[in-house]
Amino acid sequence: MQDFQVINRAHFLLALLLAAGVLVMWMMWGGNASASLAASTLPMSKPEQELVRLVRQDCGSCHGLTLKGGLGKPLLPENLAGRDAETLAEIILDGIPGTPMPPWRAILQRNDALWIARKLKEGFPDASP
Amino acid sequence: MRRRDVLGFGALGLLGGLATTGTSVMPGTQAVGGNEQCTCRGTGTLGIVIERASGSVLVVDNAARQIVARVEGLGDLSHASAVFSPDERFAYIFGRDGGLTKVDLLHPRIVKRIIQGGNSIGGAISDDGRLIAVSNYKPGGVKVFSADDLSLVADIPASWPGGRSKVVGLVDAPGRRFLFSLYEAGDIRMADFSGSGAPRVRSIGQAGDQPYDALITADGRYYIAGLFGEDGMALVDLWAEEPSEGLKVRRILDGYGRGEKKLPVYKMPHLEGWTQAGGDFFLPAVGRHEVLVMDGRSFELNGRIPVAGQPVFVMARPDGRFLWVNFAVPDNHIIQIIDTPSRKVVHTLKPGRGVMHMEFVSRGAEVWMSVRDENRIDIFDTHTFKKITSLQARAPSGIFFTPRAHRIGL
Repeated sequence: MQDFQVINRAHFLLALLLAAGVLVMWMMWGGNASASLAASTLPMSKPEQELVRLVRQDCGSCHGLTLKGGLGKPLLPENLAGRDAETLAEIILDGIPGTPMPPWRAILQRNDALWIARKLKEGFPDASP
Repeated sequence: MRRRDVLGFGALGLLGGLATTGTSVMPGTQAVGGNEQCTCRGTGTLGIVIERASGSVLVVDNAARQIVARVEGLGDLSHASAVFSPDERFAYIFGRDGGLTKVDLLHPRIVKRIIQGGNSIGGAISDDGRLIAVSNYKPGGVKVFSADDLSLVADIPASWPGGRSKVVGLVDAPGRRFLFSLYEAGDIRMADFSGSGAPRVRSIGQAGDQPYDALITADGRYYIAGLFGEDGMALVDLWAEEPSEGLKVRRILDGYGRGEKKLPVYKMPHLEGWTQAGGDFFLPAVGRHEVLVMDGRSFELNGRIPVAGQPVFVMARPDGRFLWVNFAVPDNHIIQIIDTPSRKVVHTLKPGRGVMHMEFVSRGAEVWMSVRDENRIDIFDTHTFKKITSLQARAPSGIFFTPRAHRIGL
């Protein structure tokens, strides 16, 4: 029992060390990147091409394939200028209650949503490269 | 490029990439039209397939199971739909970007194209075939054009105290009339073109919160609007007009899901496909993995059929014996087939990702389905449920065959 706890503690320390190492590497690598930008360097759950298709085709069924709007609002950069990407990502994940905008949390990870939000603000890429 | 050019697939692909407008006649088929080589064919087995990403439509022949031609230059075709002239020669295609395009099926090309609004969602053709009505989100309203030359006949703004409402669920009704619903304003309106001069436009009554689509039954009697904002639907009996009762909105299926938690709705269901089969209506539930069954006379809910996902189209084979159902993401790779009398799912097919739409040939022996993400159209035998063949298409969505020309509401 005692030994087990010692081993556990050793593991914990090791994990802490590893985490610190990762953090240092990340800081060296990411340099002066802000926390939110760092989030986008985390892996997304879907390849970018799949996210592009999802936005163009599935979001497009309400917002239009060209994102100029439909039953849903237009999603062009000029329409989104007043909102930051984090807020948009929250809207994508949680939806807007009382409107047809659904929460996409069951399909998209936070990083997917953030990537989509940023790309929408920049001007969304076309369906096929 | 001359229309009669017959191209190889390689050249076709290249051309497709370069050309923004034009027509290409598919290899292995005889060019239809062209003054010097008219093949004097009928159009009863023709139709169009929307290629939504590339702004093109395919003219197809469902008897030959072939693509006849590709017509390009139709703009943003996401959520595009089409109606046909009574002689089945011309298709009128309603694009998302406000484009209204008249396409000649015999002589595959654009006859006329106009941008009539900023943002549109489908349209209808009057029972006499002379008027084309387009339903606009922006600016909210209905515009009506001459089917002949697409000149403007009437502009009907969907005004309400909140400004201009988006228009949904536009259908033709017998007697040169159109019915439509206002998404924000929540009421059902009718534009009557039976007289000479300006149309008579009136509100029939409140449908409810956020009508999102509507249909008119094949006999032209009932207009039914689905509501997104609440559980229930709105029904107008057009036969109640005479002598004194007048038209009014009746609520049906009120609270059909009350107390249950709805799932997120990733795609609005369509009401166009639902049909009276075996005396009942079958319709997609909003935010539920169910097909609802409604009694065709009392309009009361009399059954729910559990299915694989949130249904988008519930399409009855023309004889009503089976219902083919497709689904919203993340289940849009599945098709389920419901046996009407037993109300049970009897087949589950997985054609591929992004099954968007289905269209039966006129008497129902075969069904075409667009498998968008696989760039394919699959053709199934509706009696053996086996795939017959596939055709290549670019991100196909809506499929529309010419027999729609002879059906009310399509």
